[in-house]
Amino acid sequence: MVLIAEAPIAAETVRRWLPLAQDGLHDPANPALRLLQEPSVALSRLPSDRVGNQVNWVAALEGGHINPRTNILPESRVRMIDLDILLNLRGGTPIVRFPHRQHTLWLDCSNCHEHLFKSKAGANKFSMERILKGEQCGVCHGAVSFPLTACERCHNTPRNKPPPAAAVRGS
Amino acid sequence: MSTGWKAVAIAAVLSAGVLALSDGLGEARAEYGDVVMNNYSDAAGMRPAVFPHWFHRVRFRCKVCHSDLGFKFKAGGNEINMLKIIDGQFCGACHNGSVAWSVENCDLCHSAKPGTPTQVHESTINLLGGAEAGPAGAAATSPGGGRASATGKK
Ligand code: HEC
Ligand code: HEC
Ligand code: HEC
Ligand code: HEC
Ligand code: HEC
Ligand code: HEC
Repeated sequence: MVLIAEAPIAAETVRRWLPLAQDGLHDPANPALRLLQEPSVALSRLPSDRVGNQVNWVAALEGGHINPRTNILPESRVRMIDLDILLNLRGGTPIVRFPHRQHTLWLDCSNCHEHLFKSKAGANKFSMERILKGEQCGVCHGAVSFPLTACERCHNTPRNKPPPAAAVRGS
Repeated sequence: MSTGWKAVAIAAVLSAGVLALSDGLGEARAEYGDVVMNNYSDAAGMRPAVFPHWFHRVRFRCKVCHSDLGFKFKAGGNEINMLKIIDGQFCGACHNGSVAWSVENCDLCHSAKPGTPTQVHESTINLLGGAEAGPAGAAATSPGGGRASATGKK
């Protein structure tokens, strides 16, 4: 009933993207299908990852491989913050270091505060079970941002070392 | 890295009995993050609409759509229809012939196999298998935070 495939895949595997006509989602009978861009054409040029779109989107943005627009409405604001928060301080798995900088490269504060997370370190009660059900971090991770199978990208900070400087302690 | 903690942790999370995940590599699947919208399309005799996140995030940051344009984080949750699009809302904020090509290209958006339910492709919720997981259903009603169940709205 329960099945976990921890894919034994080396860091550099050949990446393959299914053609749209064979992806099980697009209708091969649609005459306009050939006008759409194939994922392989766009994504094979971007830094690789093992999961999700097989693209490391943070590296793609920071490395200048892509330059997505920050606004189409001239009046809209761009807000960023560089602040790491340590979560899961009491659990048995590696600490979760939540980086604001990488998130606010993509997102606005209002995408998370206050409806998903209170903006106060330690004020939120996180749970891996709720995350897996698509709440909290799982609203994005597991739908659009790198999926929850990449445990170590969130559980990224060893517990036996002193916590890194310049990070706020959350829950 | 050592995956010892992972095995233990996975067992712990699994004792909750909700998780059946695989990386999905090598399986037939649409691109991660593709959203199918089929609140009305089937009934109207159109193919369901497909929104590819991978294509748009190369060009726009999430905030453009999910903050400035007001798209909620919920597949099917914005109740998009053609009137709103032609009025310049949602897809129509860009697909207006100025930021991107305009609405007359019906088949570029309406490209899914007929009958495909509203969903985010490859989402954890879909992989969780049983959509009957109670608390997940409850989550779908939390303001802006939850998400559609595997079957979504029809
Ligand atoms: C998107 C980020 C994210 C990913 C990916 C993720 N976790 Fe977590 N996990 C968290 C957060 C945040 C907490 C903190 C919950 C808390 O404080 O109790 C947590 C807590 C946990 C806990 C309970 C606390 C503990 O350490 O015993 C376990 C077990 C766990 N995660 C296992 C996993 C496993 C296994 C995976 C991969 C299948 C995974 N996590 C992937 C964010 C993540
Ligand atoms: C992807 C989601 C996300 C985004 C986007 C985000 N935050 Fe946060 N923020 C968090 C999380 C998670 C915490 C930790 C809460 C906790 O510890 O319980 C947090 C905590 C905070 C805190 C508390 C720090 C402390 O020392 O108590 C502040 C202040 C904050 N955020 C401000 C911002 C601002 C300003 C922005 C926009 C520039 C922003 N956040 C964008 C998720 C986000
Ligand atoms: C509103 C959406 C959203 C939420 C909620 C969210 N994230 Fe993210 N996260 C992103 C995006 C977008 C990225 C960029 C990478 C990607 O899309 O795969 C990212 C990237 C990350 C990274 C990688 C940073 C790097 O340098 O590679 C970590 C770690 C992370 N998130 C942890 C978390 C944790 C922990 C939580 C919950 C406390 C969380 N995220 C909640 C959207 C979100
Ligand atoms: C930019 C993308 C886009 C384009 C182009 C587009 N549509 Fe749509 N359309 C949508 C979306 C998204 C929905 C909502 C789908 C749903 O939930 O079923 C929709 C819904 C519909 C619906 C059902 C709801 C309603 O408003 O009646 C019809 C019928 C429809 N479209 C017809 C058309 C026709 C005909 C064209 C070409 C003239 C067209 N669409 C072009 C995105 C688009
Ligand atoms: C060009 C516009 C656009 C951009 C850019 C965009 N999205 Fe979306 N997003 C959408 C649309 C459209 C939907 C589906 C809404 C609907 O069906 O009503 C959606 C749905 C979602 C959902 C809900 C999925 C679910 O579980 O139901 C999440 C989470 C999400 N987006 C995250 C992101 C993240 C993270 C980014 C940036 C990496 C991003 N989006 C960039 C338009 C966009
Ligand atoms: C923030 C602006 C923006 C929004 C909002 C937006 N799009 Fe787009 N979209 C674009 C741009 C720009 C292109 C590329 C146009 C070009 O190549 O000329 C595009 C292209 C596309 C494509 C073609 C992808 C390909 O393979 O060539 C599809 C399909 C599409 N959009 C669907 C949608 C749907 C459905 C919605 C609403 C749910 C939507 N878009 C909302 C900006 C947007």
